[in-house]
Parts: sequence; C-alpha cells; structure tokens
Amino acid sequence: MLRLAVVLLLAFMTLPTVVVVAVSFNPTAILSFPPAGLSLRWYANVLTYPQFQRAALNSVLVTGMAVALALPAGTLAALALERGRLRGRHVWAALFLSPLVVPGVAAGLGFLILAAALGLLRSRAVLVAAHVALVLPFVVRSVWVSVRNLDPALERAAASLGATPWRAFRRVTLPLLRPGLFAGLLFAVVVSLNEFVVSLFISNRVTEILPVAMFTYVVNYTDPTIAALSSLFIAATFVVVWLADRYLDLGRVFLRR
Amino acid sequence: MSFRLLPAVAVLAVFAAALAALFRWSLLEFVPGSLQPGGLTLANFRAVLAPQYVGAIRDTVVLSALTTVLTLVCAYPVAYALARTASRRVRSLILVLTLAPFFTGAIVRTYAWVLVLGNTVVTWPVPMLFTERGVLVGLVHFSMPTMILILAAALSHIDPVYERAAASLGASPAHVFRRVTLPLSMPGIVSGGLIVFAWTLSAFPTPELLGGGKVKMIANVVKDLGLDSFNWPGAAAFALLALALTLALLTLVGRLSSDRAA
Repeated sequence: MLRLAVVLLLAFMTLPTVVVVAVSFNPTAILSFPPAGLSLRWYANVLTYPQFQRAALNSVLVTGMAVALALPAGTLAALALERGRLRGRHVWAALFLSPLVVPGVAAGLGFLILAAALGLLRSRAVLVAAHVALVLPFVVRSVWVSVRNLDPALERAAASLGATPWRAFRRVTLPLLRPGLFAGLLFAVVVSLNEFVVSLFISNRVTEILPVAMFTYVVNYTDPTIAALSSLFIAATFVVVWLADRYLDLGRVFLRR
Repeated sequence: MSFRLLPAVAVLAVFAAALAALFRWSLLEFVPGSLQPGGLTLANFRAVLAPQYVGAIRDTVVLSALTTVLTLVCAYPVAYALARTASRRVRSLILVLTLAPFFTGAIVRTYAWVLVLGNTVVTWPVPMLFTERGVLVGLVHFSMPTMILILAAALSHIDPVYERAAASLGASPAHVFRRVTLPLSMPGIVSGGLIVFAWTLSAFPTPELLGGGKVKMIANVVKDLGLDSFNWPGAAAFALLALALTLALLTLVGRLSSDRAA
C-alpha cells in the first residue's frame, strides 16, 4: 500500500517533466500528447530566437558575477561565524540567511525602487547585487558545515612547521573546505540561474535573464518552444543533481543518518 | 566584529537598503500618472484593506492553507519511504526525483503544469487551467520537495526500535503509525507546515501563469500595481503585508523549535 502510494506520488512529481519533454518533440504548433511525430524544430527555434540568445548571455553574465562575488564573501563570513571572536553569533547567522525569507515580490520591488533612485534601471549591476544577496545564504550555510568539521589542529600544525598564515590557508584550510565550497557553488549557480521573481522586477528587454524571457514568451505565445527550452533546462538539472548525489551524497546533506 | 564579515555585511547592506526603500515608499502618496510620489500618508495601507483587494488576501490565505494540508498528506508517504528505505539506490532515486523539480526553476515547472492542466494530456471533467483548482495543484507540486525534505529529516531522527517495540507488543501497523510514528514526527509536521504556508503566501509564478489573471494572490497584486499600474507606493504596502505575514510565521517556527531544544 505504502509502496503504491509512493510510486503514484513520485509519478505526480515527475508527470509535468515527462509531458514537457514529450511536447518539445511535437511536430506542430498545436500542442498534442502524445506527440503526432518527432521533430526538432522547436529546439532549432530556441537556439535561433534572438531574445533567448541575449537572455542566455545575460544569465551567464549575471550568474557568473553574482557567484564570483558571493562565494568569497560567504566563505569569509562562514569562517568568521565559526572561528571569529564574535558576539551574537546566532544573530549574525540569522542575518546572513535572512534574504531567503523575504518574499520575492518584496525584494524585487525594493530593488526596483532603489535602482530607480540611483538611476541604475538600465544596468545589470542591480541584477548582480540582488543575485549576490539571494545566493549568499546558500554559500554561507554550505561552507559553514565544512568549517565546523575542520580540525583547527591541522592549521596549527602547518603554522608550527613554518607556514605563513596565508600559505596555511591556501594549502591546508581551502583544500579541506572543498566539499562545502563545491556544494555552495552548486547551490548558488542553480539558484541564480533559476531566479525569476526578483529579476522580473529589475530587468528590461535588454538586461533580462533567461527565466524572465521564458516567462514573457509563455505569456505571449503558446507554441512548444518553451517546452524545448525547458527540456534543455531539465536535462542540465538532472545531470547536476545526479552528479551532486554521486559526489556529495545528498542523503548526508539533507538527512541525518 | 571580525573584518572577515565585511564583504557579506556589504551585500546585506544593499539588500537592507532595498527593503528600506520599499518601506519608505509604502508611506508616500501615489500620484497617478507620475513616478514621483507625493507626501507622507497611510493611505496605501488603508487601500490594502479596500474591497477589491480583500478578496485577493482571502484567496491567498485559503489557497495557502489548502496547499499546506494537501502537501503534508502527499509528502508524508514519500518522506517515510525516503527515511526508512534500507537500499541506497531507492534512496537516491527518490531523492533525485524529489530534488529535480526543486532545481528546475519555477517557470519550467509552472509551464509544465500549463500543459498538463490545459487539456493537452487528458481532457479534464472540470476546467482546471485558470481556476483556483489548477493553481492549487501547481502550488502543492511546488511545495512537495521542501515538505518531503523537512519530514524526511524529522522521520530519520526517530529510532525504528520504537515502532518495532510497539508492533511486538501487538499493535497493528495502523496503530503503530497513529500512536508512535505520527506523534514523534510532529515537530517536522509543524515546522514543515508553517514553512510551506509562509512560502505559499508569497507565491508568484504559479498563480500568475496557472491563474491566467483570474486567480490573484497577494504577490500578483504587487506585480499588477508595481509593474503594470506603476503604483509603487500601493505595491510597496502590499509587499510589506506579504513580508510581515512571512516573518510572523517564521518567527513562530523559530520559537517552537527553540522551545523543543530547551
């Protein structure tokens, strides 16, 4: 009984994905399921639609810059949270995680008003600033776990063997933090690439990232182009999640065994 | 304060400035046809409770409550299987299927439901797309990964020995579940329920695309006012309502879990 329920519920979880992938190979603009034939024309459409090309480039730029800023900032914060002589450690931790709990429309509208006041409405800088804040919690949390498992004696050993603090950090601390850094990087990239609500408020046709361009397309057109683009997203995501499960053992990240 | 905190503090300062701008504008008068606001006023907060918006607030609360209950019921069996399976392969399979939609992004997921609910796959006996029923299905699907992970974490803390002890004392499986497993997993149920409820209160893409303009939740009103009518002060007041509701609920989660820890 339980097994049947679990299978049915997992089918419910997976159903939309299956439908999207099936529809993406539909030969006609009128959606049908199962598809009447096989065609790659919507994939061709995705790759040649200029707005998607521009949005994909924006996504890479915004995510790249946001992650490049958030990863060092979050790592240093995680080190300070665990190692620093810090008063109100829990308050700081809560503060760094706080962008997670602010509703997207509140943050988005706030950034829109701020950008307008600063005359930055046409700039990608606002998108980058918002994305840095939104991915920071994931970096801090992932790296913090690794810092907590790090034995300070190893760094003291490096120091006593004559390593400078910078050398000890680079040759001992950073390599030991690698799993946390990798998990933080993974979360940050996935969250930023998929961020939609805040970005909708602070982008225009020139600066918009892929999810915003997809939203505009879905609202205006009904052909399966988005199904093709979604399928590409889903394929990439499955690869990333599968790799993450393989190398990070997601069960250990999310469940205590 | 450690200097190592500085970069992250700078990031948070920008975020705080955005929220401060939101707060300030919620107190400024909206001048129709102009992006320049007028003087200080509380009119935007009075407008939140105007008849044309009360419906959206009520729909938001009702849809969020229904989503929470349905998600709890649907997520529990999956979480139980995830926490209890002995096979690493089954665990990985459930985790990947659970987490993949979590990683796929809101637009892809919601678009997928547009296809499913829009009579592409099956013909529904009742209209689904652009109704509250359809939005509800999308919201439950959206909340499942979070709920499954929270419940599975709670369930994996319960020592199966308790369940075996109850069974060996003659309790039927249903009895074991009702008297042992369910009460012991209550912390997960409460925090998962509150977190999903808080998240759903500010849901945006799901009601926007699956509601097709006919179902409005608080976040859709914020977008309509802010991006379509350029009424930033009015939108700011609504956004602050969503923020206040979320913070109140999450404070409750924190309070409950620290009580348990004490």
